Amino acid sequence: MLIIFYIFAALSVFGALGVLFLRNPIHSALSLVGTFFCLGAIYVMLNAEFVAVIQVLVYAGAIMVLFLFVLMLLSSKDSGDYVNKWTIGKILAGLLSLGIFVQIAGLFTAENLELGPKGTYPLEVVEEVGSIALIGRLLFTDYILAFEIIAVLLLVAVIGAVVIAKRRFQ
Amino acid sequence: MDILLEIIMIPAVLALIKIVVIILLFALPLGTLLTLMERKWSAMIQDRVGPNRANIGSFTGHGLLHLAADGLKSIFKEDCIPRGANKFLYLLAPFFGMISAVAIFSIIPIAGPIGDFTFQVADVEPGLLFIFAITSLSVYGAVLAGYSSNSKFALLGGTRASAQMISYEVFMGLALMGVFMVYGTTRVSGIVDGQNEYWFGNLIPMWGVFTQPLGFILFFTALVAETKRPPFDAPEGESELVAGYFLEYSGMRWSAFMLAEYIAIVGVSVLMTTLFFGGYHVPWLHLWESAPQWLVTILQIIKFSIVTIFFCWFQIQLRWTVPKFRFDQTMSLGWKKLLPLSLLNLFVTAFVILAFA
Amino acid sequence: MIPIEHILLLSALLFTIGVMGVMLRRNVIVIFMSIELMLNAVNLSFVTFARSMDSMTGVVFIFFIIVVAAAEAVVGLSIILSIYRTRKTLNIEEFNLLKW
Repeated sequence: MLIIFYIFAALSVFGALGVLFLRNPIHSALSLVGTFFCLGAIYVMLNAEFVAVIQVLVYAGAIMVLFLFVLMLLSSKDSGDYVNKWTIGKILAGLLSLGIFVQIAGLFTAENLELGPKGTYPLEVVEEVGSIALIGRLLFTDYILAFEIIAVLLLVAVIGAVVIAKRRFQ
Repeated sequence: MDILLEIIMIPAVLALIKIVVIILLFALPLGTLLTLMERKWSAMIQDRVGPNRANIGSFTGHGLLHLAADGLKSIFKEDCIPRGANKFLYLLAPFFGMISAVAIFSIIPIAGPIGDFTFQVADVEPGLLFIFAITSLSVYGAVLAGYSSNSKFALLGGTRASAQMISYEVFMGLALMGVFMVYGTTRVSGIVDGQNEYWFGNLIPMWGVFTQPLGFILFFTALVAETKRPPFDAPEGESELVAGYFLEYSGMRWSAFMLAEYIAIVGVSVLMTTLFFGGYHVPWLHLWESAPQWLVTILQIIKFSIVTIFFCWFQIQLRWTVPKFRFDQTMSLGWKKLLPLSLLNLFVTAFVILAFA
Repeated sequence: MIPIEHILLLSALLFTIGVMGVMLRRNVIVIFMSIELMLNAVNLSFVTFARSMDSMTGVVFIFFIIVVAAAEAVVGLSIILSIYRTRKTLNIEEFNLLKW
């Protein structure tokens, strides 16, 4: 189990590095799809099958296809060659992200990580009720306001995207 | 012998055996036979004879030998890679469609469980959502093939394929929400067992096609569009884009695309059987209480296969009788007609469940 | 059982790579992909905490994050499309009309 996790973790980091370093944006997109897939596998190992499926369905199956679609529409052969030429900037960026990593990792691995009280949904309860039913129940009771706001957000995004991307005919 | 039995009963090994049996003994042969079936049936519709020349001596097997001949031919054909193609993606693309077509079979039960043994590779909780997740990956095959071929026809086909498949995925999911609501689960085994109950005493089985008639039509339409078969074949568009996204492919890779298409047809049929025609349950068989277990299982497999083959035939019939849509018609049919209809279906289902259950 | 520190470290690593992608790459679509990567890293830590704390809140929040990510991708890509129509490039350095 642990070995499988490390394999998928290594693969997902590999895919993420692909996004960072590959010249061709389509290759970047594909390697990101690989990362999403590995993350889905890790979710399965964390007993969150539903999240894993939604991850693959939405990220790999919809959002990344949208990215590829736009890349193909624009399909400019030169699009890989935009290189950041500011060397000091590169070094600064590296240092900054190293700082961010050290901060987050330090926080996560701290000895006195205060996690607060345990929740009321241990694995047995989740498996008895079924995670999909449980998530649905929570969405429509405790988080109903957030759910409604998210629905409005989606509507706004759809209309906004249509308005922005529409060609204006004179 | 005992050790062998013990090894077989390890869950992982058992799953592996099931995968091999279901894919190699069910999906692949049926998919291969369908290529012949389609040629024969189209010939019948157009008042031709169809393939009948390949022979060994005087044996032609009504065109069966053409399967072997075609296979041999595509193996020995040159595997061309067009100049300026993105080689890595070009070689990778055929696998996506194949994987997603085959993966459908992993959660489909083809017969009822005997004790602990199930005729199903895995009964996962997200069930059908898993199928959506996997089939949503088949679009990568078309998109990558279209992009990497370095050909404008292929690129146009790839763009069309991605637009069409994202659009039809939306209400493929929405149409199926009604089924989830009626049977109260996303688990495939739960949906199949839910269809084994009856209305009016023992008169009408609660099949998905009776509980969700509109959902059935919408889901079937969406699935046909997902496989990019006629009448929704604008991404391939023989008359305008030559062959669309797999225009540049030849030899075995071209065959991989074709085989993936035919396996996807079998996959669609299997899904329709499982979700809307009671899966493996033989209707009214429970009235015969003293039926021996082995006979029930055999009857179940036979019933499952018959409905599946019927749907395979139906898709072929659809291809050769219905005129195709233009691409803008495909999109407007999807977004302007099927999407509101599937939302309506969802509302009506929810209302009926609230009012009567 | 996988030790949660390792999963959290993976999440931190992915997040950092996403940050680097935003700062180093100049193709605006790749920058968008890096943002998606960062969102995914956060998702991973949400699921990890939810599992280890016997809570469902983290899992529910993932759905909100995914919706926000989808909305962001849709609007962002349409903005990119309309910018591309006028500037004919995807290089973010060229999008400098508002630069002081």
